[in-house]
Amino acid sequence: MRISASNLGCVRGSREIFRNVNFNVASGQALAVLGPNGAGKSSLLRMVAGLLRIDSGGLGLEGGDDELTIPEQAHYLGHQDALKPALSVAENLGFWAGYLGNGRAGVTEALEAVGLGAIRDLPAGYLSAGQRRRLSIARLVSVPRPIWLLDEAAAALDQAAQGRLIDLMRRHLAGGGLILAATHAPLGLDAQELRLGAV
Amino acid sequence: MRLSELANPSHFNALTERVLPWLVVATMLAFALGLYQALFVAPDDYQQGATVKIMFIHVPSAWLGMMGWALMSASALGTLVWRHPLADVAMKTAAPIGAAFTLICLVTGALWGRPTWGTYWVWDARLTSVLILFLMYLGVIALWRTVEDPSRAARAAAVLTLVGAVNLPIIKFSVDWWNTLHQPASVLRLGGSTIYPTILVPLLIMAVAFTLLFVTLHLSAMRNELLRRRVRTLRLMRAAAANP
Amino acid sequence: MAALMALLRRDMRLAVRVGGGALMGVLFFLIVVAMVPFALGPDLALLARTGPAILWLGALLASLLALDRLFAADHEDGSLDLILMGRAPLELAVAAKALAHWLTTGLPLVIAVPLLGLFLNLSPTAIVAVALTLLVGTPALTCIGLVGAAIAVALRRGGLLVPVLVLPLAVPVLIFGVAASNAAVKGPMPFGTPFTVLVALTLFGVVLGPFAAAAALRHGLD
Repeated sequence: MRISASNLGCVRGSREIFRNVNFNVASGQALAVLGPNGAGKSSLLRMVAGLLRIDSGGLGLEGGDDELTIPEQAHYLGHQDALKPALSVAENLGFWAGYLGNGRAGVTEALEAVGLGAIRDLPAGYLSAGQRRRLSIARLVSVPRPIWLLDEAAAALDQAAQGRLIDLMRRHLAGGGLILAATHAPLGLDAQELRLGAV
Repeated sequence: MRLSELANPSHFNALTERVLPWLVVATMLAFALGLYQALFVAPDDYQQGATVKIMFIHVPSAWLGMMGWALMSASALGTLVWRHPLADVAMKTAAPIGAAFTLICLVTGALWGRPTWGTYWVWDARLTSVLILFLMYLGVIALWRTVEDPSRAARAAAVLTLVGAVNLPIIKFSVDWWNTLHQPASVLRLGGSTIYPTILVPLLIMAVAFTLLFVTLHLSAMRNELLRRRVRTLRLMRAAAANP
Repeated sequence: MAALMALLRRDMRLAVRVGGGALMGVLFFLIVVAMVPFALGPDLALLARTGPAILWLGALLASLLALDRLFAADHEDGSLDLILMGRAPLELAVAAKALAHWLTTGLPLVIAVPLLGLFLNLSPTAIVAVALTLLVGTPALTCIGLVGAAIAVALRRGGLLVPVLVLPLAVPVLIFGVAASNAAVKGPMPFGTPFTVLVALTLFGVVLGPFAAAAALRHGLD
């Protein structure tokens, strides 16, 4: 599987954020999207996720499932956690597993993988910021999709949790997945680099 | 035991544990006596027959509906002004009980109205005021349920309760005035024209019985609410501790 | 599809658990209906005559209550983004949310009609007629409201915007709902004539609403 972008441009509110962005990421590869705040890292990821209109240029997908679009084969981990405080940890994850994928089969292992198994019945409203982030990451683990779009995934995570995240990312790449990650800090694994804001 | 000593939940729990069984017995005795008096001693009305005896439930319920709001208002002051720790627990738990008595008043009023006026509901001043009181109870209960954090909910509910308490006389006055505007002719009186001792005594006994019931239910509800909050705190602690 | 059932289940769970849910809509309905006699006067004959109209207006306003949160809540916490990335068609996902809204808001209103009919001194025929027309009409109100909510989703200061958008669109449903109720009580028109039109409006709304709402959501993306 391969995702390629040619001459992507982004205009938001009549301000040009970036133009002529190119990248090429294949299975097993990671792309670190770097740049100062406001350079358009989040916008780029949202474009790939189908959540932002592409103003110029194009995205291409080779391989993968012919019947599905890029967003339908991707996980997006943005700044928000998409968690409902009134539902329990397990209910939140169970919903996303059911909606995005094949049902609630992978929920328990996913919770264990991020270390939230012990509090699966507590309301999500009781979680700290780091725990909420880990629950969102569990979503990526519970439903297999080849493309991971991570926007500052390590934000609010402590050292141990960051290490666990890097392990999960390595496992994903080893399994043939690909990752596009916007980040301020080094990713922690080998990745191509794409710098925005140098236009 | 002073009110400030009761502020500690474990003191409160210890006291109520001793007192509640006696209260339950007293309530049952009062109801037994009151119902006996109401059903067998009080005379039938010469027009309405035995139907008038609904009054023995209807009138005390109305009193307790209003007493409930008065109790909530006192607790609201305790919450906002004196910051008594159990005040908001008292306020929160009084609402459903007060609402229930108000509802009993409305339902018995409707059942009384059917044979007496031929319709389940009339917009007469008293029933209408009680209906508004009921809606205000439901509003306060809705407010408690909407805000998750009990202490934030408490302050909001306290303000609402006090505003409601100030408004209730105004509402009663307005509804009376509205009612006289539209129904100048027949003034329907629910309680009968004069109160004879044979009716007054059972009525007062039933009022005492209802009040004892309110207090019993209220104290039990406060114990439950304290337990509920303890569970919530424990769960919050558990969530915070789960960071391997 | 399992994905849509998951969405339906989640929305219903949230409606019941968060902020009073279904009962809040019924409470608002009750309050609005209780307000009317203060304005009109307690003349029971007048209330009985205007009863179907009062109930329909109350149900319309109560239905609108939960609508602007329909998409806004998901938009605010990022759930809407992920719903857009699901494999189920967006039209069906939107329809699932509409169904959850109707089951937790619209249907309880219908159930509350007999009680409120008592307050307005409605005859049993009138109560049944109003309940039946609301049963058929509230899905239409939900689906029309769906479109307004989808259009207004990204606007932070939505406020009264959704009702302003939705109420004019709901006029046909209101007209035929009240007409059918009155026809059942007084005649001379047979109940069936306006009722059939009401059913048609609902079918139209139930099919068109999700499509329009999905299109609005997609175009609302930045």
